Order: sequence, then structure tokens, then C-alpha cells
Amino acid sequence: MSVVRGQDGRVLAPFGRRRTVVVSTRKVGAYVLLELSDRDGPPADPGQFHMLATVSGWGAGEDERPFLPRAFSPMGSSGGHLWFMLEDVGPGTHRLTTLKKGEALWVAGPFGRGFTPPPRGARRAILVAGGIGLPPIVAWSRELTEQGRDDTTLLLGFRDAAHALVAAGFAGAQIATDDGSAGHRGYVTELLEAQLDGDPHALVYACGPPPMLEAVRALVAARGVSAQLALESGMACGYGACYGCAVPLAAGGYARVCVDGPVFDADRLDAVPV
Amino acid sequence: MTAVDFCGIALAHPVVNGSGTFDAIAARRVFGDALLEQFPFSAYVSKTITLAPRAGNPPPRLWEAPAGMVNSIGLPNKGVEAYLAEDLPQYAALRVPLITNVMGATGEELAAVTAAVGERPEIAAIELNVSCPNVATGLDIGSVPAELEAVIRRVRPATAKPLIVKLTPNTADVSLCAQAAEAAGADAISLINTLRAVALHPGGGARRWLGGRQGGLSGPAIRLVALAQVAAVAERVALPIIAMGGVQRGRHAAELLSAGATLVAVGTESFRDPRAATIIQRELAELPRDDRAAKGQRRDGRAGSPVYYPANEHKTLDQGQQQ
Repeated sequence: MSVVRGQDGRVLAPFGRRRTVVVSTRKVGAYVLLELSDRDGPPADPGQFHMLATVSGWGAGEDERPFLPRAFSPMGSSGGHLWFMLEDVGPGTHRLTTLKKGEALWVAGPFGRGFTPPPRGARRAILVAGGIGLPPIVAWSRELTEQGRDDTTLLLGFRDAAHALVAAGFAGAQIATDDGSAGHRGYVTELLEAQLDGDPHALVYACGPPPMLEAVRALVAARGVSAQLALESGMACGYGACYGCAVPLAAGGYARVCVDGPVFDADRLDAVPV
Repeated sequence: MTAVDFCGIALAHPVVNGSGTFDAIAARRVFGDALLEQFPFSAYVSKTITLAPRAGNPPPRLWEAPAGMVNSIGLPNKGVEAYLAEDLPQYAALRVPLITNVMGATGEELAAVTAAVGERPEIAAIELNVSCPNVATGLDIGSVPAELEAVIRRVRPATAKPLIVKLTPNTADVSLCAQAAEAAGADAISLINTLRAVALHPGGGARRWLGGRQGGLSGPAIRLVALAQVAAVAERVALPIIAMGGVQRGRHAAELLSAGATLVAVGTESFRDPRAATIIQRELAELPRDDRAAKGQRRDGRAGSPVYYPANEHKTLDQGQQQ
């Protein structure tokens, strides 16, 4: 499906949710990789996201949940296919990680605004991902490579080696794990600090759990470094209707993660809600 | 499609949106002109507008419930002046009648917002959100019939436009509130708003999860509460009713229309599918309906809306339970 962009440059979503089919699932360490055939959806920009809900068995989990669709940024989006990385952490992700090939899934999106490229010929890009925040960073890394930028640095943080297994395919990436069972022992933000020590003018792109993003935000704010953060938030709709995904702004008031983000310039944010 | 007359406003079909559940301006940024071409509602109801801007509640604002959700959004809006200057021109692109929802913390404030909104020819009707405390009296405006009647009497002279009163379900007897609204000069009733609800922090203890401490439950969990309240109100007042609460399918809309509603609003289901109201409206149009029943529906002798019957497959219990 062809890409239509809106006035602010985002890839527009088809109106309404659409039926897609699971093409493959694969367990990699702690994660499940899900491939969908999405013939009626356009390819998304890195950092945009989709709302997912299974056609059957949505609501059949603990506490009669899930009820609302769940937001995920794809790792890849091309040729009528979408690739997601999931971890079973609640009733929504539990249902999604038990999907079988051939099952049907409701998909809406792509929603939100993705990453903005660094200026041509400009500074080095450092891409930072924490755990489940990996997919949009992977998509963005691939996009930057396709644009001919060969100076990006990939920093990936995970809880442990079982979670880090998914990073095996990324040659040249620096890995950190909380327990030291793979790569650097400690937080990925420590790797970022070391990189910024060597290159204080780099551009930072980050996605990960809220505490990690808040650490990145505080770090780049203290050093005057430009950064784009891809946030996650609980949300009911994904397209600006529910106002549930409020994030406090430095200038006061709130933005909606779904329509104003999920990618924000770090200096626009007051704090990443944790 | 079934055209409907609502307070003198001609609507293409009986399905509208619940206030605060569909942001048409944000949706146009996301979906582009497809939103205008496939707009799912026969009238567009704005989110709640207040005299002064409001930032809304601190996050978290949502909690997923069994068959529903709790929200504690806190009515963020840019204030009536900016709404009229910035948002209203954008709503004109929608090509459906506009209903503006307003709220105030006193009768005076509500009358002032209503008057400001009422001056604008682009706005077809005004819906009053009375699910808030009156800071002057300390009473919840919409939950105490005498308080509600006094406030609507104060607001009524502020506009000649149809005045819809959106009732709260968090009251002892919603039909008494509907009667109070009718006595004070309301032109229509809408119900139900969300049911007051609280969610505790998943980390344990008595800590509240929502930044606003409490919120409102919506979704299919409240559908039959809505049906009961709509039926109760329809028996006591002759005013047209906009019914809402957990509508997900055409037959849910049909049930509310059969209970006496003129229009049905879709809210939470639009979060799950932006185009849900179109599917609901199409399903509704295909259901059998009995126009003869409509004649007896309104006790003031005016023509009512057609009555719809649920599809035959509807069952109250599983077969095994009906022994």
C-alpha cells in the first residue's frame, strides 16, 4: 500500500482498524518475534506505532482482560508485512505472545510521529535501546544505514542474557545487562555516558522503559546534548481521542504521547513519567 | 440510512459520539481527509469546554477494567475563547452538525460559557456536562435534582439553541434528575456519563493508581446500567434522549432506541476501533424495526424515532442455564 503523508509529515493511517494475519512467530530468549501480513496498511516510519488486538480471545485472560488494544512500535515495516517484538508481561502481551501462525489480529495505525533524521553531514548518531524499547531503534538504525549514514553507534541494554539474546544479530552493537550475564555489567546509560565523554556533540536517539528514558533525559539535559526519546504510555486509542497518555512538558501542561509523540525532543519534556 | 430529527436538527442517522471520546482535530492529523470522507457520526459532540483553560489531571489517567476502562482525564481543554477561535473553524470541515459540550463550576460560569458558545452559528446545540461539583454550594450539580433544576434555570436564558443536559449516573434516582432538567427548560437529555470508580495501585496497598485519585468506568461493563437508566428516564420525561453506555454492536444501539432513545452515542468502542460507529450504524440499519411502536413512544404526541428490535439470536442465558 502506498504512503500518504499528512501536513506535519507523518505517515497517515487508514481510517479504522483492519484485519491482519500472523505469518510467523519465533521465540528468541525472553521475547517473541511476531510477523504479520498487513496488506491494507502502509509502511510506517521508524518510531511510529500500531495498536494491536487479537480478533478472538481478547478479553479471555486474567480479570476478563485485555479489553483495550495495545501499542507497539514495529521493528520492521515493509512489503505489506509488520514485525513486532513482544514480551509476556500482562494479559495483553500474554495473549499476543501465544498467537499462532494463521490467527487473525486487528491492527490500527501507523500512529504518531517517528524519529527525525540528523541534519545532512551533521553529527554522529548514538542509538540507545533498553529491553522492549529495541524495535523502533532497530527500525531507525536500518533506516539511517539505508540513508548512507555509516557512523551510527548502537547501545543496547537488557535485564540479563536471556533478554540480550535478541541482540545477537546486531554486529557492532555494545551490550549492557543489569546482571552482567552478557556484555557490560550495568545500565545502558553508562555506555551512553562513556560515548558522550568521547563525543559531546553526538545526537542521541533512545527508546526503552520509562526509568531508562528518564535517566537518558536527565543525562542529555545535564550535558546539553540533543536527543529524541520514543516514549511508551498506557493508552486506550492511539489516535488522540482518549487523552489518556499525557506526558508533562517543560513549558507546562501536557502533550499526548500518541499524537504529539511518541518521539519527543528530550528538552520539550519536563520528565518521563515513570 | 435512517434520517432522524433531533430537536429540529436533521441528522443522517441516529449514531453520534459521546463527548470526550473522539477528537476530530487529532483524528484528521492521523487519518487525513479519509476522516472527512468516512466520518462515522451524524453529529459531532465536542469534548467538554470550560470558561478557563484546563491542563487536565496528572498521569496516570487510565486503568483497564474487566470489559471496560476507568478514565481520570480531568477535562483538559483550551478554554472557550481559544476553542471558538481555533477549533471551531476546523470542525466546520466535518460537514455534520456540531454539538458543543460545556461545563462550569457554578451556574453563572456555566451560563457564561453557554452564552459564548450560543452566539456562534456553526454550533447546532449545546450539551451541559453537569457531572461536577458546584463550588458555590458544594453539591454535585447533576446528582441533586433541586440543584440541577436551579442551575439549568440559570443557564436556560443564555441561549435559544437546543440545550441538552448530560446526566450523571452517580445519583440516587436518575429519572428525578431528568424530570428536574425538563422542568427547568432542557430540550433533551443525554445519559449515561461514566460510573464513578477507583483503581488501586498494582504494587499493592491502598495507594490509588489514577493521578486524579478517582475516575469513571465506561465500556461494555456499564451497558446494562445504561439500558436501565435510559428506560427509567424515558418513562418519566418526554424529551428526546441521547443514550450511551457500552455500545459495541448495532443490536446494543437498537436496545437503547427501543428503551426510548432518539440517538445513540458511541464512546469507548471508538478507542478500540476508530471506525466502530460506522459499523454499529450499518448493523443498526439492517435490523428489523417497527415504526408502529414509535407512535406510542412519546407521551406528548410528537412523532418519535422508530423502535428497533434486537436480532433474534439474542439470548439471555446460555442454553444449558435455561433448564
